Amino acid sequence: MNELIKLSATELAAKLRAGEATSVQAVQAHLDRIAEVDGALNAFLHVNAEEALAVAAEVDAIRAAGGAQAEALHPLAGVPIAIKDLIVTKGQPTTAASKMLEGWMSPYDATVIEKIRAAKLPMLGKTNLDEFAMGSSTEHSAYGVTRNPWNLNRIPGGSGGGSAAAVASFEAPLALGTDTGGSIRQPGAVTGTVGVKPTYGAVSRYGAIAMASSLDQIGPVSRTVLDSAYLQELIGGHDPKDSTSLPNPLEGLVAAAESGATGDIKGLRIGVIKELTGEGYQEGVQARFNESLELLKAAGAEIVEVSCPNFKYALGAYYLIMPSEVSSNLAKFDGVRYGHRVLPEESPMTIERVMGSTRAAGFGDEVKRRIILGTYALSAGYYDAYYGSAQKVRTLIQRDFEAAFEQADVLVSPTAPTVAFELGANDNDPLAMYLNDVATIPANLAGVPGITVPGGLSENLPVGIQFLAPAYEDARLYRAGAALETLLEKQWGHSLISQAPAIDTASIAQEA
Amino acid sequence: MSAISREDVVHLAHLAHIEMSDAELDKMTGELDAIVGAIASVSEVAASDVPATSHPIPLTNVLREDTVGQTLSIEEVLLNAPDSDSDRFKVPAILDGE
Amino acid sequence: MSNYTDELVDFDTALDRYDPVLGFEVHVELNTKTKMFSDAPNAFGDAPNTNVTPVDLGLPGVLPVVNKTAVEYSILIGLALNCQIAQKCGFARKNYFYPDTPKNFQTSQYDDPIAFDGYLDIELEDGEVFRVEIERAHMEEDAGKLTHMGGAAGRIQGADYSLVDYNRAGVPLVEIVTKPITGAGKRAPELAKAYVAAVREIVKNLGVSDAKMERGNVRCDANVSLMPKGAEKFGTRTETKNVNSLRAVEHAVHFEIERHAAVLDSGAKIVQETRHWHEDTRSTTSGRPKSDADDYRYFPEPDLVPIVTTAEWVEELRGRLPEPPAERRKRLKAEWGYADKEFRDVVNAGVLDEIEQTIAAGASAAVARKWWMGEIARLAKAADKDIADLGVSAATIVELNSLIEAKKINDKIARQVLEFAIAGEGTPSEIVEKRSLAVVNDDDALGKAVDDAMAAMPDVVEKIKGGKMQAIGALMGPVMKATRGQADAGRVREIVMEKLGL
Ligand SMILES: [Mg+2]
Ligand SMILES: [Zn+2]
Repeated sequence: MNELIKLSATELAAKLRAGEATSVQAVQAHLDRIAEVDGALNAFLHVNAEEALAVAAEVDAIRAAGGAQAEALHPLAGVPIAIKDLIVTKGQPTTAASKMLEGWMSPYDATVIEKIRAAKLPMLGKTNLDEFAMGSSTEHSAYGVTRNPWNLNRIPGGSGGGSAAAVASFEAPLALGTDTGGSIRQPGAVTGTVGVKPTYGAVSRYGAIAMASSLDQIGPVSRTVLDSAYLQELIGGHDPKDSTSLPNPLEGLVAAAESGATGDIKGLRIGVIKELTGEGYQEGVQARFNESLELLKAAGAEIVEVSCPNFKYALGAYYLIMPSEVSSNLAKFDGVRYGHRVLPEESPMTIERVMGSTRAAGFGDEVKRRIILGTYALSAGYYDAYYGSAQKVRTLIQRDFEAAFEQADVLVSPTAPTVAFELGANDNDPLAMYLNDVATIPANLAGVPGITVPGGLSENLPVGIQFLAPAYEDARLYRAGAALETLLEKQWGHSLISQAPAIDTASIAQEA
Repeated sequence: MSAISREDVVHLAHLAHIEMSDAELDKMTGELDAIVGAIASVSEVAASDVPATSHPIPLTNVLREDTVGQTLSIEEVLLNAPDSDSDRFKVPAILDGE
Repeated sequence: MSNYTDELVDFDTALDRYDPVLGFEVHVELNTKTKMFSDAPNAFGDAPNTNVTPVDLGLPGVLPVVNKTAVEYSILIGLALNCQIAQKCGFARKNYFYPDTPKNFQTSQYDDPIAFDGYLDIELEDGEVFRVEIERAHMEEDAGKLTHMGGAAGRIQGADYSLVDYNRAGVPLVEIVTKPITGAGKRAPELAKAYVAAVREIVKNLGVSDAKMERGNVRCDANVSLMPKGAEKFGTRTETKNVNSLRAVEHAVHFEIERHAAVLDSGAKIVQETRHWHEDTRSTTSGRPKSDADDYRYFPEPDLVPIVTTAEWVEELRGRLPEPPAERRKRLKAEWGYADKEFRDVVNAGVLDEIEQTIAAGASAAVARKWWMGEIARLAKAADKDIADLGVSAATIVELNSLIEAKKINDKIARQVLEFAIAGEGTPSEIVEKRSLAVVNDDDALGKAVDDAMAAMPDVVEKIKGGKMQAIGALMGPVMKATRGQADAGRVREIVMEKLGL
């Protein structure tokens, strides 16, 4: 394994700046790694080698020439990144892992992509996901499942399993994800990586293919807390193209991560959410969680218990609001302006029937399920009982958070109730899959930020610890997250990801 | 309690413009009924005096100045069109419109 | 075609038995520079699909941003309709599939329109004023344009395929909805026309819409129902869509009243449905019945945040309101002192602005009317143009008039000068100068011409001497000829009399 791919993004950036490696070398090393292991993992739907190398060469040339232009380079310039294939990019196909968008080429870039281009991070390619980000396992991709680098028979989480698996398997040091109900944090937890869902509006959604507009958020995926802080500072800030983006950028994220990395968290009040522990959480997950709490306490944090009584309704509210917005957001996929048009088998050939057969053929089962559920929740006679009630629950959950944040600076819980489950385990039980997001969903409903950091292993699979902070207070997540990361690594004597087993590419090649 | 009938699903699929086979309709009816059963509890707590939250972060008056920006070229517009005729999108007949 | 009938009941007979209830939904396209939710140009008549951004095509990943000017225009319309302006309002999605609607939902407003509870006083031809209550005026976006190909030309029925142009998709609309209008009786068609005309005039006067019905800037859906005279419960209504000229509005209401009466008289029920208006036959046909498909599943637009209107903002906008057209007309009629018919003719000719400007530039009300309703109107008609489009300025009229009053030119020459001015030859004075059109007032030159004429026609001179004053006319021809038409006829007469000692 080329040593360059083992570095964190921040470490790699330092090496590039010091002239100890070139960006072309770094990009090539990651492309080689993709060539080596992605046949087994299927984390990438598209590899963007040519453009990535060209951007790398450009950064190298600027560095070599020195002067003001080199000085002005972004700290992460030349560090490669992978993009969840829900985010639109010029020059690379964007599919949302759906047959509906097979081969679709966006004529515009998402705002986060414009920022990544401006900062000159070579884009390695587009990563796999559950179709239109609907799922918690990346099994619902029209282009095959992604496998967990820790155990190829396990799911990498979802919907952003491709981004998480790419980062966990050293195919990329950084990736972009999107998190509607936990799609950055839950894959982070089950792959032993770091993922952040910023405050709603902290990062522009322009160019992220909408799943549920009031819940969706783009965020960073990385192997260290500091890397995520750098990436969020890069992609964050107000965007005039996104009416819901926050008017001012959130600052001090990198500084907060650096301060947390000293391990000093004296006086930080950490609230344990009573409703997000205990029953329903695997024993091993609970054990790692308890150990983390002990470490934090020993480092000077004040651990308090908080109660969020309405969180038990969060899953229900989420599965009404999310599909309602889905049913409307995905109406545009009708085979008129773009996408794969499918004609009905029998006449009459009316546009209405062409739309019906296009959508029947283009969408997978989980997408259809959510569209129909959302159509139901919004329909006349049911709106008040379902969508209307769910919005009220949303208010109650916000109030729970407000009350909890009066007692604590950050809240903490396991990120997911279980370690990565086996591929196919929930094939016939959508409800069981939905339960995976029980701890991550409240943050999306309330708009508050959340982070997952690796918390150890159970059954040789990673466990994630989630911190939540009040809206706009993303810096607190980076401080608490970096502190726990440092404390755990000090105890273990290494990072969790360094313990990931070698990827047995042969086993999958034989299966296939 | 069966909240969702097969007829409901037929109607919903029609509203959502998704053609479904009989088998799909049957399967969807069962699944939706189970899901709705599991999540219907939200109405228990939603008292009338609780205001609804539609946007997680309360912002107001995000407005744009009335200034013309960049448009797409006709090539970009039709880049992904399933069917087109010179500079317009082409769609099969619409039986009855408004 | 459930209850389609060719039978109609004569209008007067129908309204002897039934009271009509009307309702209107008028869509006004705003003339902002950009669209409602994107910065694409809001322009008419450009090549298809050139005024579109990713937002207008509903591409994956796009988000809307509200046009501030469109909001302000909407508030102005609300204020001009005497509405309350919402302190807080938001947008909602109206979900339905149609290929001219790029997202398959229309971004509109639902339970919190920006303006509500207003009224408009409509003056009918004979001066009777009828108050129409406004329920709401809300903001939304227009759809693209479908062209149906094959089959009967341009008709949706029997078309083989359709072509879609999204230039109009996203153009800002304000939809104005009335409360049910009762009590119009036999004047219902006339009121319908007058109401739509008043709305069109208001938005044009505000400058917020081009207000051209033939371009679809103002579009009307007309709701009609009948109830037996004396009843209180409204009958079932039909909604005739896209009635897009003032005459058509009047005729559509007239037709639907006659049709409803026939259906009701036969004992059948009116089906709640949309109707299509056909200009050629001046009739409506059955469209689409109200059905489950009308479950629009409205919900708050999550991609847009609410609009809060402060009192300062609304008052600042109120300060921008021009004088309401009806009040202005009343004031001008009084100021100018025109007779009822004179004023109505001026209004119908569409030259209120021109006359007002001409008077402001120094002409009397009578002189202004004489020119605009006389020679200018005649020239416009001859050129097949709108009077306003001839390009005659108020200054031209005032100058022409002062040249006449100073006896520099006569009426006949003035009319020529006007034509030269329209042709762009300069100001009236410049034209008179350049073309040597001034009336000959020079007594020496005139005297010579008169002497010559008298010498040439001694018999005429005898007649004049004999007291036949009208014989002077016979001398005019040669005098005019000698002065190339520029002699002042009055002065010629005076000189003849002087010379003959009369
Ligand atoms: Mg309407
Ligand atoms: Zn409308």
